[in-house]
Amino acid sequence: MGVILMFAYLIRRILTTIPVIIGVILVVFILTTIVPGDPARIMMGQRGDPETIKLIREEMGLDNPIPVQLYDFYKDVFTFNLGRSYRNNQTVVQAIVGRLPVTATLAIGSMIVAVLLGVSLGIFSATHQYTFLDYISMFISLIGMSAPVYFIGLLLVLLFATHLGWIPGTGLGNGEWIYYLLPIVTLGVRPMALIVRLTRSTMLEVIHEDYVTTARSKGLKEKAVIFKHALKNALIPVVTIIGLQTATLLSGVILTETIYSLPGLGRLSIQAVINRDFPIIRGVVLFMALVFVVANLLVDLSYGFFDPRIRYD
Amino acid sequence: MEKENKYNTVKNEKSKSLISDAWKKLKKNRLALVGMGIIILFILVAIFAPFLTPYNSTEQLIWTEGAKAKLASPSWEHLFGTDLYGRDILTRVIYGARISLEISIAAMTMSVLIGIIMGTLAGYYGGFVDDVISWLINVLYSFPFLLFIIAIVAFFPPSLILTFIAISLVYWMAIARVVRGQVMSIKEQEYVFSARALGVNDWQIMFKHILPNVIAPVIVQATLGMGGIILTEAALTFLGFGTQPPTPSWGYMVSAGQGYLASGQWWWGVFPGIAIILTVLGFNLFGDGLRDALDPKNKL
Repeated sequence: MGVILMFAYLIRRILTTIPVIIGVILVVFILTTIVPGDPARIMMGQRGDPETIKLIREEMGLDNPIPVQLYDFYKDVFTFNLGRSYRNNQTVVQAIVGRLPVTATLAIGSMIVAVLLGVSLGIFSATHQYTFLDYISMFISLIGMSAPVYFIGLLLVLLFATHLGWIPGTGLGNGEWIYYLLPIVTLGVRPMALIVRLTRSTMLEVIHEDYVTTARSKGLKEKAVIFKHALKNALIPVVTIIGLQTATLLSGVILTETIYSLPGLGRLSIQAVINRDFPIIRGVVLFMALVFVVANLLVDLSYGFFDPRIRYD
Repeated sequence: MEKENKYNTVKNEKSKSLISDAWKKLKKNRLALVGMGIIILFILVAIFAPFLTPYNSTEQLIWTEGAKAKLASPSWEHLFGTDLYGRDILTRVIYGARISLEISIAAMTMSVLIGIIMGTLAGYYGGFVDDVISWLINVLYSFPFLLFIIAIVAFFPPSLILTFIAISLVYWMAIARVVRGQVMSIKEQEYVFSARALGVNDWQIMFKHILPNVIAPVIVQATLGMGGIILTEAALTFLGFGTQPPTPSWGYMVSAGQGYLASGQWWWGVFPGIAIILTVLGFNLFGDGLRDALDPKNKL
């Protein structure tokens, strides 16, 4: 019975993403259609020949009524036919796939760093409440939540690359891991700061619950109480935050890739905006939004694993 | 008549004690007071900018003082040093507070307005209205907000108004979510039922009877959101979008100064960066404090 209910929930939850995805495509269409200026002219440059521009407008369907353009856009998106970059004629899918590994490494790496550091600091703070080290970790987390991503990045480069010379500064070299180290830390600071605070506060709540007291009173060691009993429940809100932080992370990717000159999706999107390369903009924005939708779907589905009390009916 | 009066006095006393309770709790929270102090300082600096510095924010001192004014290190004359064009950095940080405050207040006011209207409609009517508004929020939430704002700001001629409109298109959602949840629970309360039974119309119920009870969480959310808006505005100008130079925006100053960090002229980029951190920290601390203070579950 439980399995069927869970399966039904799974299907239902997946179905709820459909209207969101349809809406995301609609917003991307609106964003790139209301813009002043003629895409065909942008593509051809200021001195484009009027005849050619007319041909291009026809080919791109720019003279069609808006609803027809919208229909075509949906069709293109669902057939992964997102067009080509105005700049180098690369297909949008190629451009995204080519830049994805850098961004994925960066985003996943920083999430792992944020969760590992954030949860451990949070547990430490909660179990050492009101000690000097608790205050230090709260201070770090407050600064981490208030500091701009790029400013942290600049300071890290200044310290570890320029002054200490331990780590190469910017760029990707030959793609060695060391080049990812500073960007990952930079991008991870903000989610880490949030996770520290959240873990600390939920942990403090959980520690005083009856079942933790019971675990203690039956003679379990403090470590077992914390890690086997308290932690699992304290982590539920943390998991939620991870899903919601995906959006912040993808925004942070733009800034991080810019200061470290990394060839990822973030820089691709900024360059595309500057060049008014609409197919690329549409593609990257859509892709990032879909990543967010899927990440949150996965987070929702994983609740059952962390909290057996959650029912699927 | 007398009965009605009595009722009013009781009501007034109660609402007064909520605020004074909150203030009492806030006064005990040292971090929140620090946050409040930072915010007050930030606002005063923004308002009295011209009286705080003998320089002009775009005045290039290399023309009057010569080469020694170019990238001068911090001194008594220029506490934060000068930039490549001989502009006094402290002056630019002070005027930057103005830009930051203008945009963040305008964007937050607009976010709160949109958020309250959308949240109240969704929460009060439920059903189809709620479905549509919640759908819109879920859709807009899916975008990486910075890229979304950049996409709006970049394609139109740069202006302050466009910047704050673009920012508020993102920040209204957090307000709307809070309002929606509150309205949903409040509309089930007895006093709302009695108002409806007395024939009060929907608009009056929404704005006179429900909204006043939603204000506290909205203030908390708005205070916390101010930090986010300041960061967003700075990130925009850091990337070269939004307000254009020579307007002294903090984010732009960090970006302009970044190339000089390595060569030792750290003051150009570092001071504006610290200004951003401090201001955002102020709003975060005060917002946290307000949330704790206005939460009736938190006892004194």
